[in-house]
Amino acid sequence: MTDNVHTGSIPDERPPANTVGPVAWLRNNLFNTWYNALLTILIAWLLVKAIPPLLDWLIFSANSFGTPPQVCRQQGGACWTFVSEKLRFVMFGTFPYDEQWRPLVTIVIIIALVLMSCDRRFWKPWLGLMWVGGLTAVGVLMWGGVLGLTYVENTLWGGLPLTLMLSVIGLSVAFPASILLALGRRSQLPAIRVMSVTYIELIRGVPLISLLFMASVMFPLFLPTGVNFDKLLRAQIAFIMFAAAYMAEAIRGGLQAIPKGQYEAADALGLNYWQAMRKIILPQALAISIPPLVNTFISFFKDTSLVIIIGLYDLLGTAKAALSDPAWRGFYREAYLFIGVIYWVFCYSMSKYSQKLERDLRRGHRR
Amino acid sequence: MKSGILAAAAAAVVFGAVTGAQAGPTLDAVKGRGFVQCGVNAGLPGFGNPDSSGNWTGLDVDYCRAVAVALFNDPTKVKFTPLSAQQRFPAIQSGEVDLLSRNTTVTLTRDTSVGLNFAPVTYYDGQGFMVNKKLGVKSAKELNGATVCVQAGTTTELNLADYFRSNNMSYNPVVIESNDEVNAAYFAGRCDVLTTDASGLAGTRAGVAPVPDDHVILPEIISKEPLAPAVRHGDDQWFDVVKWTVYATIQAEEMGITSKNVDEFVNSKNPEIQRILGTSPGMGKALGLDEKWAYNVIKAVGNYGEIFERNVGLKTPLKLERGLNALWTNGGLQYAMPIR
Repeated sequence: MTDNVHTGSIPDERPPANTVGPVAWLRNNLFNTWYNALLTILIAWLLVKAIPPLLDWLIFSANSFGTPPQVCRQQGGACWTFVSEKLRFVMFGTFPYDEQWRPLVTIVIIIALVLMSCDRRFWKPWLGLMWVGGLTAVGVLMWGGVLGLTYVENTLWGGLPLTLMLSVIGLSVAFPASILLALGRRSQLPAIRVMSVTYIELIRGVPLISLLFMASVMFPLFLPTGVNFDKLLRAQIAFIMFAAAYMAEAIRGGLQAIPKGQYEAADALGLNYWQAMRKIILPQALAISIPPLVNTFISFFKDTSLVIIIGLYDLLGTAKAALSDPAWRGFYREAYLFIGVIYWVFCYSMSKYSQKLERDLRRGHRR
Repeated sequence: MKSGILAAAAAAVVFGAVTGAQAGPTLDAVKGRGFVQCGVNAGLPGFGNPDSSGNWTGLDVDYCRAVAVALFNDPTKVKFTPLSAQQRFPAIQSGEVDLLSRNTTVTLTRDTSVGLNFAPVTYYDGQGFMVNKKLGVKSAKELNGATVCVQAGTTTELNLADYFRSNNMSYNPVVIESNDEVNAAYFAGRCDVLTTDASGLAGTRAGVAPVPDDHVILPEIISKEPLAPAVRHGDDQWFDVVKWTVYATIQAEEMGITSKNVDEFVNSKNPEIQRILGTSPGMGKALGLDEKWAYNVIKAVGNYGEIFERNVGLKTPLKLERGLNALWTNGGLQYAMPIR
């Protein structure tokens, strides 16, 4: 009586065609409602319209390296000769041509320092010494005048080293200042609180461009004729002031997110104010503040391009100046695309790193 | 005490005025420093722009070099400071630069309230119009109802409005912030007419247009834009040096002296040439310079025609005609005052 009982296992049935496979994926993700279907069709149509001409310009009808500019203009298509011809100027600006290995080494040093600081294994006291040593080397390389290097005035600096120096030095000086400002804003001492609030609100209340104008245009008018304060230094100070105010607000957000119990616990342990801040409050507050801080870092890195209005050649400035060479006019697509890629690489790495750091530092909070 | 200081200051002023021959503060500072601080455009093709190796080139730039040669007989004794349009006047007022050679239009207010002294005009420019040949337009008077691409916030925009209003014509402005984008908009066909300074139009036509012959620059010039180097008030000797350096380059062209043949003129019997080249002394001393000042300038930088042709002339990508910038003897406006 067992011949009507099936032995062995039944072969697996294929799932219904409308739940798996590419067709199902399309139905579930792109055409699941009528408005999504409409959007899908619209976007697909736009991509079909935009991608082929873009690829054509970028690759298929692009002119190879070495094509003279007149030929490029007639052919249409991207003229990559512009980038190869102007590469050194865009990267290093008006730095003396034969000495341009110096800014190149500077870029390497700065990037190496930043990368080292990103790895938590290197978060040791000697990292500070590395920074001091590295920045000294950068100064020696850029200025020269010692060790047989010819002296190069900082008005000749430009390109990527200038962008990196303005942002890296700006952020590393502004960061400690912003912590003090954030603590000052939440201080019990009225004088310190009022000063911090005034500073932060004053700086945040004006656009960066007006601060730069103040530093570069107004400030020298108050000095006697002939007395000059270095232009680059004035811009750097304006950037530090600006970044400090914005980062202070990001950190204040972190400080306010710390539960009151943490402050009380620190008091109960008998820690004084600085001990409590350093050992209990700030490590948590800064971890919370990472997303807004990185947000500030990224926008600040891009804001350095505003120095163009005060006549400093940062990366964007050198690209624009390269376009003003009479023989190479009109290749602005190539120029802006090239520096756009450089900016993107830096900003995207910052953003990726911050996500990693956020995950690492939040481990203790995982439930 | 205060009145004592005032009296001393007044005495110093009077004393300075009486002695007269004393060099002014800027000339002294420049000589002491050993180089000229020159403010130039951060990027204007043919007038001030760095080349691929980062060396400064351009017509305005060459006049910085000429002044350096007049003072130090060395065209490298210049520190170039690229200046934005907003920065240029504070930079010269505060002494950050000694000489502003940055395509600056001479106007009354700049001469007075901005406190500048303008050297002779090195480039006579004026606003013009460029149209596509297909439109068949021959004159700006036929532009009624046209769409005009113009850069925002410039005198160009105001001149355009004035011109159309005074000719009872209407137009649709397409106002764009950056010069590159104005050009791009015009070549993409967003407007019928492109307007900016005639030198800019010629440069755009020669250097940016996909097919230069498709575009034509109309004959009407609707504004005067004389571009000249400038120094700040308060040092007449320094002003004189800059002024006569420019005149020397123009005078050299009038006499046919170039950087290549200047040595042949040194033994010339012509008293005018002798005065300029310092063979018969006096001119250099009057300016407080070496007697060979003009010889050095011509030898190192060239005469006006050479400077023009090298930077913006027909052999350059900008392909500008001499036009108003021809010598007065050829129907232009370039006219040097007598060097004697």
